[in-house]
Amino acid sequence: MEIETSKNPLLLSKVEEPAKTPSGWRIIWRELVRDKVALLSLIFLVLITAFVYGISLFLDQEEIVTVDLFAIHQPPSADFWLGTDYGGRDIFGQLIIGTRNSLSIGILVTVMTGLIGIIFGMVSGYFGGAVDNIMMRIVDFFMILPFLMIVIVFVAIVPKYSILSFSLIMTAFLWMGKARLIRSKTLQERELDYVQASKTLGSSNFRILFTQVLPNLSSIIIVAMTLNLAANIGLESGLSFLGFGFPESTPSLGTLVSYARNPQTLQDRWWIWVPASLLILVLMLSINNVGQALKRATDARQRRG
Amino acid sequence: MWKFTVRRIFVMIPQVILLSVIIFILAKMMPGDALSGLIDPNIDPATIEAKREALGLNNPWYVQYWDWIKNAVQGDLGQSFQFKMPVSEIIGQRLTNTFWLALLTLIITYLIAIPLGITSGRFNDTWGDRLITGYTYVGFGMPLFIFALVMLWIFGFKLGWFPSGGSVKPGLDPGSFEYIVSKFKHMLLPALSAALIATVGTVQYLRSEIIDIKQKDFIQTARAKGASESRVYNRHILRNSLLPIAAFFGYEITGLIGGSIFIENIFSYPGIGQLFLGSINIRDYTVVTSCVLLFGIAAILGSLLSDIILSIVDPRIRIK
Repeated sequence: MEIETSKNPLLLSKVEEPAKTPSGWRIIWRELVRDKVALLSLIFLVLITAFVYGISLFLDQEEIVTVDLFAIHQPPSADFWLGTDYGGRDIFGQLIIGTRNSLSIGILVTVMTGLIGIIFGMVSGYFGGAVDNIMMRIVDFFMILPFLMIVIVFVAIVPKYSILSFSLIMTAFLWMGKARLIRSKTLQERELDYVQASKTLGSSNFRILFTQVLPNLSSIIIVAMTLNLAANIGLESGLSFLGFGFPESTPSLGTLVSYARNPQTLQDRWWIWVPASLLILVLMLSINNVGQALKRATDARQRRG
Repeated sequence: MWKFTVRRIFVMIPQVILLSVIIFILAKMMPGDALSGLIDPNIDPATIEAKREALGLNNPWYVQYWDWIKNAVQGDLGQSFQFKMPVSEIIGQRLTNTFWLALLTLIITYLIAIPLGITSGRFNDTWGDRLITGYTYVGFGMPLFIFALVMLWIFGFKLGWFPSGGSVKPGLDPGSFEYIVSKFKHMLLPALSAALIATVGTVQYLRSEIIDIKQKDFIQTARAKGASESRVYNRHILRNSLLPIAAFFGYEITGLIGGSIFIENIFSYPGIGQLFLGSINIRDYTVVTSCVLLFGIAAILGSLLSDIILSIVDPRIRIK
């Protein structure tokens, strides 16, 4: 096997590579392999994502959330692997769909806040001066709002409340951190020679920002977005727990945990809330592990690999 | 320092005004108005219209905003239709509960965080440090509401060491010794749950700060002069590493505000967070807006406090 691959001309180039600086992806990969916990976390995340999205193709959400009064609060059995809730709904099915929904909204909010943060932060940092001043005051203003309360109020008063409006509301009050981070990095970046050189050659600001500065910020953006994903899943499940996230007909991990606010359920019916709680915890820890490994990969001083 | 403080307070004024505008817009977006709860549906529309006129609800928005602000500054936040009493009175009762809970949480947070951070930083890479790092690692990924539920499950129900809800045992005479003890007992578990999660950031920060400072030249100098190990740690390292912690004090308050909504909900503790959730569920919007205004101002004051402390402990900030 070894001999065969080394003869392959395509792979030959790879052997020579150490002479060059390793590419970004290579560094990330080396860091992940060196950090076994992060690697395991990544494998777990890939598996669970594939599992919940795959299985939920065969599950019927309508069927799972239909109330069945003959099967209320059943303990785990062959029919219901994790028992049923107060409406006789299968917990296992809700857990799968809930994980899928929580992951989806987490990813959606992360991507949307990321986009706003990137554009806002880069424009503000690149142009500087009065533009920067005004834009940062806007950020400051959003930062002082009591996030949880404002989001809850919006969720309560928005007419025709849906998953899309929920993620838009969350996005509207979560993009500031990323805008600040990217602004400060853009400020450093625009002083570098390549930006000046590109300007001298007559590149438009748009071109410099999105084809030259942006790639240089990509590693920081990826790290920030990974860590944000964990936080957003936590926020979504927290809001669903309070009853201001997904509507009840759409299961989420937080909704399952919220059944534990009933003292009876908390004490005697562990199968309803313990699996969902554990899943939230493991998901957040795994995403954080991967995020920390990525963070080390972007900072040469901290690298292990 | 005074110059910085005064300037910082001036920055705060537009923040508060903007916050009040946002809350006012939110209040206007809410379905119904102050009248929907006051009158019964049998009254004919003309009377309602007359009352609306009398209450100024038909005025242009800037007049309404001005009236609202004027009354709010004077302590009149309107009428709650759920409780049939002035909002300021309801909030007053709940606010004391939230205040004591937040204070206890802060005290416990620092009581846990500072010794743990110091141990972890001073004896880094020993088993003790690994234990503490393990705790902060799990705590960092643990959502507050799940942790609080588990605490309630174990200590409130399974072991029965703490009461599982409320803020005081009913039937006790306010002001008596037993009343205070009962209040404390009801606060301890919620405060402990919130504190154990809130410590995480402080412990991690203190640890890395101490490890960082340990390697600085001035510590070498202190050692070379023959200062004892405890003197090096207490006088040289701790002094430097505790300053940023002191400065984060104000931001802790902001964090507590968000947390109190979860904590009060889970432990059925009658504070502002609980009042807020209860009022929004039954659409008692005068109470809702007052709670948001109150917590919003508390958050602004928290960041003001942090900036002022920071300017005292770190002179570089003042120049800016």
